[in-house]
Amino acid sequence: MVTPIKKSEEAVTIRYKLEAYYSFSAGIAYTKFLNGLKEGKIIGRKCYRCGRVYVPPRMYCDDCFRPTDEWVEVSDEGVIETASASYISWTRDKLEEPEVIAVIRLGGREKDWIFPGLFHRICGKVDVYRLIGKKVKAVWREKREGSINDIECFKVVEG
Amino acid sequence: MMLRKVAIVGAGLTLFRRRLKETPQEMAWEAARKALDEAGLELKDIDCVITSAALDAYDGVHMRGEHIAHSGGVRKTVSRVYAGGATGGMATISAWYHVASGLCDKVLVIGEEKMSHALPHPQSVFRYIWDPITEKPLNPNLIWIFAMEMYRYMKTYNVSKEEIALVSVKNKRNALNNPYAQAAANITVDDVLNSEVLVWPVNRLDVSPVSDGAGAIVVVNGDVARQFTDTPVWIVGVGWNMDNPQWSNRELAYARYVEESAMMAYKMAKIERPDKEIDVIEPHDPFDYKELHHIEGLKIAKRGEAPKLLKEGVFDLDGDIPSSPSGGLMGCGNPIGASGLLKVISIYWQLKGIAGRMQVKKPVYTGLAQNWGDLMQMSAVVIMRR
Amino acid sequence: MRVGIIGVGWYGFTPSTPELSFREMVFEAALRAYEDAHVNPRRDVDTFVSCQEDFWEGISISGEFAPDPIGGTLRPVMTVPGDSVQAIMHAVMHIESGISKVTVVESHAKPSDIITMEKIMEFAYDPLYGRIGARNFHFLAGLDAVKFMERTKATKEDLAEVVVKNKRNGLKNPRGSYSSSLSIEEVVKQPYVVYPLTSLDISPFTDAAVVIVLANEEVARKYTDDPIWITGVGVGYDSTMELSDLGRSTYLRLAADKAFKIARLHRLENVAFFVDDTYSYKELQHLEALKVQDPVKKLREGELYADGKTPVNPLGGHLSEGRPLDASGLALLLDAVEFMRRGEFDKAVVASWRGVPSFTGGVVVLER
Repeated sequence: MVTPIKKSEEAVTIRYKLEAYYSFSAGIAYTKFLNGLKEGKIIGRKCYRCGRVYVPPRMYCDDCFRPTDEWVEVSDEGVIETASASYISWTRDKLEEPEVIAVIRLGGREKDWIFPGLFHRICGKVDVYRLIGKKVKAVWREKREGSINDIECFKVVEG
Repeated sequence: MMLRKVAIVGAGLTLFRRRLKETPQEMAWEAARKALDEAGLELKDIDCVITSAALDAYDGVHMRGEHIAHSGGVRKTVSRVYAGGATGGMATISAWYHVASGLCDKVLVIGEEKMSHALPHPQSVFRYIWDPITEKPLNPNLIWIFAMEMYRYMKTYNVSKEEIALVSVKNKRNALNNPYAQAAANITVDDVLNSEVLVWPVNRLDVSPVSDGAGAIVVVNGDVARQFTDTPVWIVGVGWNMDNPQWSNRELAYARYVEESAMMAYKMAKIERPDKEIDVIEPHDPFDYKELHHIEGLKIAKRGEAPKLLKEGVFDLDGDIPSSPSGGLMGCGNPIGASGLLKVISIYWQLKGIAGRMQVKKPVYTGLAQNWGDLMQMSAVVIMRR
Repeated sequence: MRVGIIGVGWYGFTPSTPELSFREMVFEAALRAYEDAHVNPRRDVDTFVSCQEDFWEGISISGEFAPDPIGGTLRPVMTVPGDSVQAIMHAVMHIESGISKVTVVESHAKPSDIITMEKIMEFAYDPLYGRIGARNFHFLAGLDAVKFMERTKATKEDLAEVVVKNKRNGLKNPRGSYSSSLSIEEVVKQPYVVYPLTSLDISPFTDAAVVIVLANEEVARKYTDDPIWITGVGVGYDSTMELSDLGRSTYLRLAADKAFKIARLHRLENVAFFVDDTYSYKELQHLEALKVQDPVKKLREGELYADGKTPVNPLGGHLSEGRPLDASGLALLLDAVEFMRRGEFDKAVVASWRGVPSFTGGVVVLER
């Protein structure tokens, strides 16, 4: 029979910390995307056959299974598809102020099942219960280095 | 091509608890021993072993399949199946085709997960499941993605938190009948709504707890199944499906990959009206809203209608389509590599009539276990019949 | 059993591939495999099997990224981490069970992205007593080699001859990035990394993506006049590090027993071998497990060379191509398929191993 215990101190344990460091090759698509972010642009990639725009970009269309055709710049304004407010950090610590994150639809038509979109933070104190459908615009950092964090957050646009 | 008949003849579970003293191999061994005992088999009778082990980071070892293969796979054909949360169900499907292909006669599936010893907190291990370039730098917590999907589901189909909380209430109450369960409780909808808000709209009682635990099943060639038991449980339908990992590029309110996996299994099992032909279900419920989300994907309820049927009592233990009679992950805990097996084993017990106090009221002939996994991508469905 | 290999595709086999992400690499390999097979993955493929493992990729649940580059979005895709021959076994089972007519197997590796390789390798050793702080994770291979050499009387020169043979075999192989023209003396003179292995006895890592398309007999005959058939497959596992046999590849003998039985392969005549040579001595140890009589003697007599009676790794093996982590099994399978398509040999045996510290291996028997 297995033995439930309350604290790890009740068992003999061995600690180990792994040093696992990787240098992820961004590849063609993400390199262009990150360079675009450095310049304050959101770059996507379009497949001519089905018309789908991939954001973040991809060099192949997974529906048509063929290489995608063209780099396109998408607007940094979009609509909130869904959102959430986190009261805990990634280590399960409590946060003083909730962090609001969302999926932002950056193009396509409203009823599209699949669309170019980004997962990112929402700026400031917002009412998360009313966020779906709100228009937002990216707030870019002054100093950008080619990272998804070059966008500080997406700010709700009135009107 | 005639598909060979395959049956489950033994199953075993360990207690699911927040923290167990045992090592991963010891937990896996106990579950495997129980499954073999029920089948009346010894390890030497088994020819193939499948290890159902999810995140390597949890057990804290690379090449994790080899690490726990020792708990039953010594000098045998061993391979590992890994599909995130759907690992247990996918391992069951693997066992099915190991036998159906004719390459194996008696297969042991061992699944386990040891989450309690991860530091600083087991949830922090989920930091690495994201796209390293476009998502990880935002430091997401796993619960964020569920919270966003839950909110989308609520908004699209006009479902309230109260309606969703009923799943948590139901499953934790069902778990009171389950001797292995970790999080059984008699709670109310208010308890759920008043529990700590983790990532709105997810409260603490909307989530299944972190867990250590193991499960195992023995799967054999249908021709010999009756040598081991008078009541073999037949695997009559399997299906699995994966969407791409671009969850921020698609509608989250409905899970197409669940539908695709279900259709594949229904076709094989020759089921045309799942809401009429399936007697008991165990949909994957790492979060309470997920059970409803999956019931709709399985086409057992129309899109957006599962909450209504839940309120009407359709999914209760004494309802028309009892759902998660074992208490599910909400009631038992979620040791990832084993939780998929918990779902399969619960249906196995129901069909054999040995579920004890978990046994549903109506007579059951056909049961369905469904698993979900990865970044809102993977679904595995196993349909069993008495 | 007859499962047809109707298409193969690959990309990489170079020390690093910084220009592409791993997903883009897999797409390139898949494109080539589907072109070879004349198959549209969105329409003609029933199931997909991917082979990758979290700590090689640096992503937990790395199987998340499997579907889209192989055309598997919203299709039955699953992941079998381990050596890619285990993935082949699963794919063969998909087909033999009847649930699939055409199955695709994918495996890839980007060791060039891993900065702390030694730490990841140490992480594979048992957490309670295996992480002894060894300065070199190859130590287990050293122990294994010493025991093997003591029993079979293989010498350092024999090991060096395997290195020389394989690295020269790879000179004409476009994937043989680590090929070279060496002499036995040059190899033996190298300093030891872990006794008795010099750096030349250890195959280096390489980046690669390999995709294989399998089909049942009926479909295979429709797609190609001359398919290569898989007639047997087997996977074997020994035990934990302290309980497994050192000095012999019991795991491979178990795999071979199963595969040869299914393939009804009783006599190893006119068979070409594509055998894991992660370490030079392993090629000989693996041949012994595959029931090749006295491989050391055969090596010395020249039989194992590319033009010999029993060619072993005629395209160079891992010593020449590099070792693409878990895609190693598919790399050897790829070599075997290309070699057989040339028409000289009608039977081949592919034998793969997962590398230290595992005791897992797989065997595939091919026939034309």
